[in-house]
Amino acid sequence: MSQIGSSGQLRVDRMNPFENLSTWLGFPFIWLTKLFLNAIGLVLDRIQGWIGVDRMGYVFVLPNLLIFGTFVLFPMLLNFYYAFTGGTNIFLNDRPFVGLDNFKILLDCADYLNPNTCQEDLFWRSFYNTFGFVIYQVVATVIISLITALALNQKIILRGFFRSVFFYPVLLSPVVVGLIWKWILQRRGVLNAVLIAFGIEAIEFTTNSDWMSFWVIFISTWAQMGFYTLILLAGLQSIPSELYEAGQMDGAGKLDSFRKITLPLLMPTMFVVLVLSLIRAVQVFDQVFVLTGGGPGTATHYMVQYIYRTAFSNQARFFGLAAAASVVLGVILFAFTMFQLWLGQRSEAA
Amino acid sequence: MTTITQFLTRRRFSERVDITDVLTYAYLIFGTCLMFGPVLWLVMSSFKTEAALSKFPPTFLPFSQRSVVVEGYDDPLPLFLVTLEDGTQVEMAQVRRVGIEAQMVDLQHPSEIIKVNINQRTEINELTFAWNNYTQPLRMFDFVTYLRNSVLVTVLATILTLIINSMAAFALSKYQFRGRNFIFVVIISTLMIPISVILVPVYLVITNLNMNNTLWGVIIPGAATPTGVFLLRQYMLTIPDELIDSARIDGSSEWRIYWQIILPLARPALAVLTIFSVMWRWNDFLWPLIVLSKQELFTLQVGLNAFQGELNIQWHFILAMTVLTLLPITVVFAFLQRFITTGIATTGMK
Repeated sequence: MSQIGSSGQLRVDRMNPFENLSTWLGFPFIWLTKLFLNAIGLVLDRIQGWIGVDRMGYVFVLPNLLIFGTFVLFPMLLNFYYAFTGGTNIFLNDRPFVGLDNFKILLDCADYLNPNTCQEDLFWRSFYNTFGFVIYQVVATVIISLITALALNQKIILRGFFRSVFFYPVLLSPVVVGLIWKWILQRRGVLNAVLIAFGIEAIEFTTNSDWMSFWVIFISTWAQMGFYTLILLAGLQSIPSELYEAGQMDGAGKLDSFRKITLPLLMPTMFVVLVLSLIRAVQVFDQVFVLTGGGPGTATHYMVQYIYRTAFSNQARFFGLAAAASVVLGVILFAFTMFQLWLGQRSEAA
Repeated sequence: MTTITQFLTRRRFSERVDITDVLTYAYLIFGTCLMFGPVLWLVMSSFKTEAALSKFPPTFLPFSQRSVVVEGYDDPLPLFLVTLEDGTQVEMAQVRRVGIEAQMVDLQHPSEIIKVNINQRTEINELTFAWNNYTQPLRMFDFVTYLRNSVLVTVLATILTLIINSMAAFALSKYQFRGRNFIFVVIISTLMIPISVILVPVYLVITNLNMNNTLWGVIIPGAATPTGVFLLRQYMLTIPDELIDSARIDGSSEWRIYWQIILPLARPALAVLTIFSVMWRWNDFLWPLIVLSKQELFTLQVGLNAFQGELNIQWHFILAMTVLTLLPITVVFAFLQRFITTGIATTGMK
């Protein structure tokens, strides 16, 4: 068995990675609900008798559609209605229709480049903060994930171990990520101890806007890059090795084959990573909220926090204003999604 | 033994050591430190006593000052190594400190107080693990309640997600009915709509259904996830229809076909969705933060955030609770890392 060669064995594993999973999990969920499922079966069999086999599709899709409709689809439409109503009451009957007022408040600016001249200056600060964050964080994520994926794709020992190491922070909750770094970055934290050990003066990171804007980008990248690395690694491994062999025969060096083979063939995957990280970055909130609470000042106050704050954590709950801001955020996300679809279709056509 | 040395020295493919190899390993080792270091630091810090945590510069291992019970004093006194004028060193316990002078007692003659300059004494430290950090919050705070809430939310939400999404996926992949494609397209088109965009209207729905400040309000809205439907449907399409047809001929009801044929065959995809769902729900923050305002309903993430937001941050408890919060996910990852990484790489989702 061992003579067959470890590489052959490895391939088989990779193709069917889930073979032993059910034994691992023991599938407790399924077993626990078996009785429950039998009870449902009694009811559904009766229904099948009434409506016939062909219409059972409706019955199976119904529970999902009910929840989906109530908590996703209906709220999506309702969001627009909220955006056109005022007041601080959550119930629709008590909300006066105000037309475009909420959007007018949001967009009322003497100079759009200067949030100080805006009526709702926090919205614009959040908008520009988010804009800056997205650009730096997405670029950093794509580049670092690519470098890591390339490194992991080399002929290395302990590849599985290294892959897990880079992926591990992805699993941590945003709250945990925020707390870990809050602990490290505090005034008497370990980072300042290291700086002093190297003869550099300690820095008050948490009260310095520029530093915190940097750290927020750093930490978000730290926490998410492993996910994109995995996607890129899968992309790299799907490039046929014959291409590299052919390139080598033609005398191509490592740099040549990277530029002429790897990069072009990896482009579709890179676009996926770009768009996914873009959509993710626009929604930046939780780990930053725990780490900085939006501060110092409003330096790390982003759009989702603006929505949260306007609707849920202020004394007066301006649901209409928050909904209007959600519409703006939704439009941005929609644009990115369309961008992805367009890219996907273009690369399919090519 | 030879196999171990073979394993350690073997090189997978090529024979010569290249500069890119050196760079790759340097990068991977640096990356390992950067990705794991912060978590390791958190774990080490969580074992330090409150006094040890406030020390600067901090030590890596949880050292803390030794203390002794001295006759005539109620509390244990901190132990110091005192250098006397003649150069000999004696262990003494400190009674109190006044300015630059410390009042100490020799352990042999506890009744006699000796005045020592504080520069002449050094602390006697020993390795101590402050298990108190872990046990005390269990009693002092509602940590157990938060833990229970988090487990409840995670388990119930995952069961619900698995059942309703697999039912819908079954209907959408194995039945022909009017509106099927329309339903599928509508579900898929919301794949990129995050809850942060529809916070306000979902909150209204929750309030109207009296699910505000209940765990159900956290569990149900996210249960019908487009990701789950998509993942399961794509997998079920690969299950041959002949299986279903022959089961029908044998007289199986549709419900039996669903849970005795389709579900077992779809186990790989269900496993991936289980892992995703556990991860999403355990780490969820923004939505529980909005729905739950009663402290006894907080999940771990919300509870942790509430603690760290207090004016007087009790780091020694927070660090320990953070470790407990990341522990379950880490254990799951340690056992299932291969499935998680391949699952994500093949589906491209999180």
